[in-house]
Amino acid sequence: MTSRQPVSLVRSRTVVLAAADIDTDQIIPARFLKGTVREGLGRGLFADWRGDASRSFALDRPEAAGAQVLVAGANFGCGSSREHAVWALMDAGFRAVVSTKLADIFKRNALQNGLVPVEIDEAAHASLVAAEGREVRVDVAALTVSWAGGVAAFALPPFARRCLLEGRDELDILLSHEDAIAAHERGVSLEA
Amino acid sequence: MTPRTLFQKVWDAHVVRPATADTPAVLYVDLHLLHEVTSPQAFAVLRERGLAVRRPDRTLATMDHAIPTTPRAAGRPFVPADPEAAAQVAQLETNTRGAGITLYGVGHDRQGIVHVIAPELGVTQPGRTIVCGDSHTSTHGALGALAFGIGTSEVAQVLATQCLLQEPPRTLAVEVEGRLGPGVTAKDLALALIARLGADGATGHVVEYRGPAVRALSIEERMTVCNMSIEAGARAGMVAPDETTFAYLKGRPHAPGGEAWERAVSGWRALATDEGAAFDRVVAFDATSLEPMITYGTNPAMAVPVRGHVPADVSGPTQRALAYMGLAPGQPMLGHPVDVVFIGSCTNSRLSDLRLAASVMRGRKVAPWIRALVVPGSQQVKREAEAEGLDRTFLEAGAEWREAGCSMCIAMNGDRLERGQYAVSTSNRNFEGRQGPGGRTFLASPLTAAAAAVCGHIADPRELVA
Repeated sequence: MTSRQPVSLVRSRTVVLAAADIDTDQIIPARFLKGTVREGLGRGLFADWRGDASRSFALDRPEAAGAQVLVAGANFGCGSSREHAVWALMDAGFRAVVSTKLADIFKRNALQNGLVPVEIDEAAHASLVAAEGREVRVDVAALTVSWAGGVAAFALPPFARRCLLEGRDELDILLSHEDAIAAHERGVSLEA
Repeated sequence: MTPRTLFQKVWDAHVVRPATADTPAVLYVDLHLLHEVTSPQAFAVLRERGLAVRRPDRTLATMDHAIPTTPRAAGRPFVPADPEAAAQVAQLETNTRGAGITLYGVGHDRQGIVHVIAPELGVTQPGRTIVCGDSHTSTHGALGALAFGIGTSEVAQVLATQCLLQEPPRTLAVEVEGRLGPGVTAKDLALALIARLGADGATGHVVEYRGPAVRALSIEERMTVCNMSIEAGARAGMVAPDETTFAYLKGRPHAPGGEAWERAVSGWRALATDEGAAFDRVVAFDATSLEPMITYGTNPAMAVPVRGHVPADVSGPTQRALAYMGLAPGQPMLGHPVDVVFIGSCTNSRLSDLRLAASVMRGRKVAPWIRALVVPGSQQVKREAEAEGLDRTFLEAGAEWREAGCSMCIAMNGDRLERGQYAVSTSNRNFEGRQGPGGRTFLASPLTAAAAAVCGHIADPRELVA
């Protein structure tokens, strides 16, 4: 059995990237995808947005250091399926991403790596954006994100929640279904 | 029996173990496509855990993303863009050889963009489940397959078990009435649909494209539409198989032959959505008044007719996009200067796309300040295009005729825009920096791209092909 670190609580200050539709090409540009390992991709995180003084990019500010919760606009992680986007965020220390809506493949990739995908309603999201830099608690067991002055519920499929809480790995689960897979390949259903 | 959708039928046939209260369904994958960029870390997982590739016979690999497309004479060595790309290519060779997976690598006469070669070989078939570590895997839905992009962790899962754990998506029917007018292509339909749905309008859904306008499309055109499903956030896009599909597949290297062909076709006919089957959502669209489309912003949903204008009333996100693009609210698209024209990518690099581009370039010259790249989607497309003399048309017009690959769509292979340059591209993404840091992309059809090349600025292709 291989397992990840269980994730039950993420507690940290936030960094806010409020723009909608931030795609994975922004999160990590394609030129950083030429490696063959998962490690060290934080150097490519928002590489084309960082260091541009005219933009005053949130991740460049000193108070962003050490933040584990990224509050992002709607449709964060759209575009390319590159899991490198999640690896880069995690390499840079992030453990949860809070949005109103996350892109499908990004959300799947986040769950595979123990990055908590949090989708909350627009009003709560607006409060969190306004409270930039405030400490928040993302509670995976209770499925809530809370901060001084607010709390919002978020949803996760029961399976995804349990995988996060127990550090379970989907590959292990799939391997445990070997008999059913072999039966399917023989054209036989074990359920019949 | 409850009427079912095309999606539901394909899904049901691949459920290895139904969802339980606490575990999603285990879904079987018929065909797993690999390329050099999203697979190395997956093979590493297998090595770390002592696992073998379960079904090398259901796995197929090519090289497309990181490889150069610089023209090279037959038999000349392949020169990777940099040592990192060379290492990725070498890893894919080692990994596939070790596992007994067929690799259409550089130099192979079937090498090409993963989403171009699989249909071409006939391994993309109706009713199959197909995955790849690439978001444009939805392309294969054009033949009635359920095909979707996955991350590298999932690539490892499929390599080891040929299965994925899947929460069921919702279904969205896009009903396209009418018929595309002259000079209006499947790409224009895709861009208009994405503009209508929004960049996240289909998130969580599998789209089925339906209606007379879709039925009238060729398979290659359907691929263009399905390819861009992800740009509206969809998990996948599908078109029910029909006579057009069967005619496309018949005789392909991996299509069934003889009696098996007849059996296969009768199975495929049964895949179409049943009368009365319910979709979670339905969106209707009329293709009749559709015009050639072009994007003005930094996601594919920011599109207008090529004769149209940048929206005058812009909100925050659009303002940011226009600032990046160097465009003003309300300005016309026609006549905007262009530096580069890119004709290629898994969206528009098939033979029919190249024919469209050539129909505009034939007997004309690319404007002297424009660099025009024509990049066939596969070695097979390249050979077929050359057999019809399309390469001569492009070269005589002053365009580059390159080797097969993703090229300037993803700009990780040496083909890229310089900072500040404007490109009209037939690819699928106009994201900031997608075609090179600081590069600015207008997405359009092969006709519109070729028109921009010969006019030197954004132009309406209907004035050139009338």
